[in-house]
Amino acid sequence: MAEQPTTAPPASGPRSGPVDAITVRDVTRDYRRPRTSLRHPSPPVHALRGVSFAIPQGQRFGIVGESGCGKSTLLRILAGLDHPTSGSVAIDGRDITGLRERQLKFVRERLQLVFQDPMSSLDPRMRVGDIVAEPLVAQGHPNRKERVAELLEAVGLRADAADRYPHQFSGGQRQRISIARALAPRPKVIVADEPVSALDVSVRAQVLNLIADLVDELSLTLVFVSHDLSVVRHVCDRVAVMHAGQIVETGSTEQVYEAPQHPYTRRLIAAVPTLGKALSGVSAADLNRE
Amino acid sequence: MTPAPEVAPASGPEISGPDEVLSVRNLDVTVGGRKLVEDVGFTIRAGERVGLIGESGSGKSLTALSVMGLLPEELRATGSVRLAGVGHDLVGADEARMSRVRGKEIAMVFQEPMTALNPTMRVGRQIAEVLLIHRTRPDRASARDAAVELLAQVGLPDPAAAAHAYPHQFSGGQRQRVVLAIALANDPALLVCDEPTTALDVTVQARVLDLIVRGVQDRRSAMLFITHDLAVVATACERVMVMYGGRVVESGPVREVFTRPRHRYTQGLIGASDLTVVDDHGRLVTIGGSVPPAGRFPAGCVFRNRCAQATEECATRPEWVATGPDSGYACFHPVSGTGASGTGTPTTQEAGRG
Repeated sequence: MAEQPTTAPPASGPRSGPVDAITVRDVTRDYRRPRTSLRHPSPPVHALRGVSFAIPQGQRFGIVGESGCGKSTLLRILAGLDHPTSGSVAIDGRDITGLRERQLKFVRERLQLVFQDPMSSLDPRMRVGDIVAEPLVAQGHPNRKERVAELLEAVGLRADAADRYPHQFSGGQRQRISIARALAPRPKVIVADEPVSALDVSVRAQVLNLIADLVDELSLTLVFVSHDLSVVRHVCDRVAVMHAGQIVETGSTEQVYEAPQHPYTRRLIAAVPTLGKALSGVSAADLNRE
Repeated sequence: MTPAPEVAPASGPEISGPDEVLSVRNLDVTVGGRKLVEDVGFTIRAGERVGLIGESGSGKSLTALSVMGLLPEELRATGSVRLAGVGHDLVGADEARMSRVRGKEIAMVFQEPMTALNPTMRVGRQIAEVLLIHRTRPDRASARDAAVELLAQVGLPDPAAAAHAYPHQFSGGQRQRVVLAIALANDPALLVCDEPTTALDVTVQARVLDLIVRGVQDRRSAMLFITHDLAVVATACERVMVMYGGRVVESGPVREVFTRPRHRYTQGLIGASDLTVVDDHGRLVTIGGSVPPAGRFPAGCVFRNRCAQATEECATRPEWVATGPDSGYACFHPVSGTGASGTGTPTTQEAGRG
């Protein structure tokens, strides 16, 4: 698919071939701040400023950026949880901009979310089986029990996990539960927001392997948001680097990491400490140098 | 038994070497009969930067809190923690004595700068406070000047104005720099950092790490740096101790431990955190299972229920094998000393089960 540059793409680019899983065109999102003066409204916060990209079916697309860069706002808009101030978002070629909640049902089926903190995204008073079944209830799915058992197995949990509560599981297992819930309605797109950031190192690799396996087996499209560049590098085929509400660089993961073009990307990559760099003598001062 | 090699535990719990700043011996932390930290011992000398790595429940933060006398009430520490220049043992010392040590001989930087600062007090006053409480500056005016100077040292633009601001007016990284300024104010003999950069963005983390390392180097302070991030430890420290299940399972110089790990857990941890190495199927190396909750680790070797090499022998506690003055490991089936990745890499993919 055509590589979308930083600037807005032409308003209508008739595409050939299959429809992209996600198309984002020139999306902006402004937030109003509370007034501090009686005479003038506060200047708006431009959380997103002209963001455009397209994610073909089956791609693993990474979004990296630091806090405040707009990545969470972008995710909320992709998931239909928030609306852009201008611009449009299409899921499977269907425009979701401006749709009401009831009309967004197809988005809820096609696109599911996995959040960072599995403790706060799982209801502590519900049994795991009910948590995983909830999207199925919403869809009026028959044979929920079988499907739940199937899902728990797919994420590497024992079937008896269904009768237990989230607090009885470790962080990595809880994230497996979140993944099972996300997979329940058989989505085509998984949007994962920092899914391994809260996990221990020894468990992180397990969950990353699991995500990779599921994306392969179920031919999912993956949108993977992280502040951790090394995780994105491992998981994703393509990556967009966000800074101050804009995408400053996109490209294949290899290309962006090996030959970053934008000064911000270069600074970001230089600042990441790695074992390899440290052992070859890179000090804290060196990381801070760029 | 003790992972503190050079001193026999029977000898008096005094500081022994001229350069030694911190000496921890046979430290246990217990709650209701459950051991959360067991038999931890180590020494840090002046100017040494030592990392303590471990996952959740490994006991690394409890070790740091014991050193600072900040354990929650229901936890009990036993053993010995001696600090050069302090005439008493820090374990069991009452609050009156500890408050004279804390902020002066030992200072700390925690993960969350917002909770470490007083939201109702101007930043300059908070820094001046540590100088006045410990009487290291004669009067308010000189303490105020010193506060501005410290803010300049941690690289805040316009330090005079920063001194007049409140914590909420700063970003997370700037707040952490203020906390660092407070910690360094009295030129502590030992700086304890507990995940100081974990909540920060990468570019900010690089900045704060640089400031911490420079701060302790300029003062020739000793540093104990706690984190779960191997790369951060390797960047900031010279020596590293690996904790798991409440025990130090391996320690040594950073290069040694990270290129030639001996303990199977260290080996697994390095493998699992390296996201550039995958097998033929594109899979990352993993450690099977999950970290047990604190205090629920198996008896004997704490890692044996996740270790591919574990045998019956591992049901008894492995002895500490010293390989140098500050290095060693506690494992019955260590990685052979020659190669980093021997034959026995930890199991690939084992679904997590409790």
